[in-house]
Amino acid sequence: MFYYVVRRIIYIIPISLAVSLVCFLLVHIAPGDPIDAMVAPDTPPVVIEQVRAQFGLDQPLPVQFGIWLAKVVQGDLGNSLIKGRPIAADLLSASANTFILAMTGGLLGVLIGCVFGGIAGVYRGTWIDRVLLGTAVAGVSVPHYWLGMVMVIIFSVNLNLLPAMGAGPGGSTEWAWDWAHIQFLILPSITLCVIPAGLVTRTVRGLVSDIMSQDFITTLRGKGLRRSGIINHVIQNAAPTVLAVIGLQLANLMGGSILVETVFAWPGTGMMLNNAIFQRDIPVLQATTLVLALFFVVLNLVVDLIQTAIDPRIIRR
Amino acid sequence: MANELNQLPDRGGPAQPLLIVNGLTKHFPVGSLLSGGKQLVRAVDGLSLTVAKQETLGIVGESGCGKSTASRLIMSLIEPTAGEVIFDGEVVGSRGGLPLKDYRRQVQMVFQDSYASLNPRLTIEESIAYGPKVHGIPHAKAVERANDLLEAVGLIPAQFARRFPHELSGGQRQRVNIARALALHPRMLILDEPVSALDKSVEAQVLNLLLDLKAQFGLTYLFISHDLNVVEHVADRVLVMYLGRVAEIGPVADIFGAPAHPYTTALLASRPSMDPRRRRTEPPLKGDPPNPINPPSGCRFRTRCSLARALCAAETPALSSSDSQHAVACHAATPGSGYAQSERMVA
Amino acid sequence: MNETVSQTRTGDYLVRARDLNVAFVSREATVNAVNGIDLDLAFGEVLCILGESGSGKSVTLRALMRLNPKGKTVMSGELSVAGHDMMALPDSMLTSVRGREVSMIFQEPMTALDPVFTIGRQIGETIVRHEGISRREAEQRALDLLELVQIPSAKRRLSAYPHELSGGLRQRAMIAMAISCRPKLLLADEPTTALDATVQIQILLLLRRLQQELGMGVIFVTHDLGVAGEIADRIAVMYAGRMVEQASVTDFITRPLHPYAQGLMGATVHSGMRGHRLTTIPGSPPDLRLPISGCAFAARCPHVVNACRAALPPFRHPEPGRAVRCVRFEEAA
Repeated sequence: MFYYVVRRIIYIIPISLAVSLVCFLLVHIAPGDPIDAMVAPDTPPVVIEQVRAQFGLDQPLPVQFGIWLAKVVQGDLGNSLIKGRPIAADLLSASANTFILAMTGGLLGVLIGCVFGGIAGVYRGTWIDRVLLGTAVAGVSVPHYWLGMVMVIIFSVNLNLLPAMGAGPGGSTEWAWDWAHIQFLILPSITLCVIPAGLVTRTVRGLVSDIMSQDFITTLRGKGLRRSGIINHVIQNAAPTVLAVIGLQLANLMGGSILVETVFAWPGTGMMLNNAIFQRDIPVLQATTLVLALFFVVLNLVVDLIQTAIDPRIIRR
Repeated sequence: MANELNQLPDRGGPAQPLLIVNGLTKHFPVGSLLSGGKQLVRAVDGLSLTVAKQETLGIVGESGCGKSTASRLIMSLIEPTAGEVIFDGEVVGSRGGLPLKDYRRQVQMVFQDSYASLNPRLTIEESIAYGPKVHGIPHAKAVERANDLLEAVGLIPAQFARRFPHELSGGQRQRVNIARALALHPRMLILDEPVSALDKSVEAQVLNLLLDLKAQFGLTYLFISHDLNVVEHVADRVLVMYLGRVAEIGPVADIFGAPAHPYTTALLASRPSMDPRRRRTEPPLKGDPPNPINPPSGCRFRTRCSLARALCAAETPALSSSDSQHAVACHAATPGSGYAQSERMVA
Repeated sequence: MNETVSQTRTGDYLVRARDLNVAFVSREATVNAVNGIDLDLAFGEVLCILGESGSGKSVTLRALMRLNPKGKTVMSGELSVAGHDMMALPDSMLTSVRGREVSMIFQEPMTALDPVFTIGRQIGETIVRHEGISRREAEQRALDLLELVQIPSAKRRLSAYPHELSGGLRQRAMIAMAISCRPKLLLADEPTTALDATVQIQILLLLRRLQQELGMGVIFVTHDLGVAGEIADRIAVMYAGRMVEQASVTDFITRPLHPYAQGLMGATVHSGMRGHRLTTIPGSPPDLRLPISGCAFAARCPHVVNACRAALPPFRHPEPGRAVRCVRFEEAA
């Protein structure tokens, strides 16, 4: 087990390298010249070449990658082409904001998913099951941004209950867990929770009804366990798989909230990415993608290790 | 190719065994490369046997003894670690020997799980006709052959030919599997627990059918089963396997009447008696068959054997015979092995 | 002490079923799995229910502790087990009877045990549930039980998971769990079918020893005549959801009376039948989704007459302690 953990952690290094290479290359494969975004349309070619050299964009790709990687390792993610400011600081506050939103929405979704899925699985085939599953399918199918806008229209415009845009009085850098800030979190996190809630509902329902139909459940009933005792067994059997799904969902939310953040003007990585894409701000794009991808890798590792620790059927050497 | 498929002719004559297996060995590695600790499952270790033409050789043993791996090795479904298979005088699969495709036409297999071995999307007629069609028989001829075979295994073609596997009972499906195995006019069938999943009354029907077909088509059987009563009923000779090795081999009357290996004796004594007045009071053996990962040194049965002595741990007993037919791999049963002088084991 | 008294008292049974019916209802069809079974089991008696797949033997066994899937199962008739009226017992009390007074072991201990709970916890859980002792005390009891069922290095096995044990040890652990609260009745559903020959006989002998030491009544479902011969006091044969014959094990093995039982006996391969054709039973069992009038075996019976199809033959008692549901058993013998 110890060796397994060590090995898994060592594996992170080549995976991260590969991830950063892909992040780096993706931007270069994408069409469009970033210089165009920085200079006026009638700039003479000489000036363009100067700018290109200034940002190191005239070097061969491997050299560019080497330079970029060396800086990244030291925590220097470069400067934004548009704002001219270091990316690292902006990215840090954006990541924190996204983390707050993704975790709130994600955990809300997981909570709803586990409850809905558990109930639907136990009562499989009944009307309860059909109602819950229908809700879940609707949740997965509804477009995020549409739901977000509908919520804004209802709760902000018509009812005037909750604010529609931004992250509260502290702006993008000063989050606090008080009502002044939390009220800004409510609509985006509800919008965000819908998809993981639907997916987790379906997974948990499938798992629970699968476990409930296994032979050992008959044994448990046969030895006189009450419903609560049996549910305890079901939970412990389902936990490793549910955990894996939850981990992937949370990781997805970190990167997948672009549209929701844009709709609600939430100052997170999603919005940062969105802006970077439209402004062809390549260093920002690279840095943001890299941070999100690394977060994905680390979360996967954590999920895997927890899963190994709690599931005796998995033997790792 | 002709549009008729016939049983291939006998090449070696009646004295040439149909099947010779020489030192067949299969070791499966377990554990990953990275973990370093590589272990071997010695599933089959130096299996040698011969099957005469139109004979039935029964193979018995408990779970983990390697009997199913052996059948797949003989069928060339998995690659052996060592050893060779000789079919009617020709080495199978080697250069200058018998090509695999020709071998597989002559040797067919029937498995325990009648449902898993049929394609659920094909009607049973299509399933049976599939093999001949692959071997170049025109569709109409192949279907005709399928119907003849259904008839031969006791299923009325008009009633069953167009059904799908899930519409049949287990016994009927196993009949279809037998028909499918016969479709290419094989000379030999490997039957891997063919009746183990069936109810007793159906088991009897299928066993009768197998004996009839053997006589009708001049077949040779390799019959693998954990059920000693069934093997006693169908086999001419019996091979007893324990943890990947042959414990004893001989004519059915010898094995059941005068077993020489203590494992065979225990296996026979473990059969429920049917007679409530002669109930057993002590189990013949204690414990489960051990794991074939890292099997015991020397004689692999020694850990459960009441006769085990120091010699049994030190030396692997060779398969030796008192007469040419009956052979046993046991120091205690082999005169001159040094067993009598060896020290008793303290368990 | 009480039990020895009740054993001798006539008419006092551990299990008593009258006209027990079990049907599985779904939108597509109703399967009448058990059709009007009468069953008596004395305290400390071992009854084997013999039958092939689809005969309703396992369903009957599960019905005795109302273990068939809830919601799909419809039961009717009278059923009393260990003094409880099982048809009227509310769910809350049913769970107190299960595992304490009646418990069950299954064919496949690998799937019948929870894969993510240790053996010790699964056994201990039963004791905690019924006797309300602490988990630590329950662990100790679990250890004693593992030793009682002769599991070597029992202490170590307590913390083992099911997949870490061999088939034989798993079944022993299952048995330890079933007898942990000293039940009056043990229900066994083909507990040796999935085991190797040399292990099967060990488990049969263990069950026989425990049955005698604990004085349990046992109902043992099997398709294997040989297994029944090793363990049963009495045999009941089921066919198509009905009981067709009941007899003491010796009487039955020496001379089965019902044509189906005779067919089953003839079809069972045993020593000394080499070279003979096995007797088979032509055809296959009836579809339990359709109503059956008369004797369910009539379509396959070599001795069938019109009367067999007309009405369900009543039980006849050719000698004391024997019952056979056949119009013509004298001719069939």
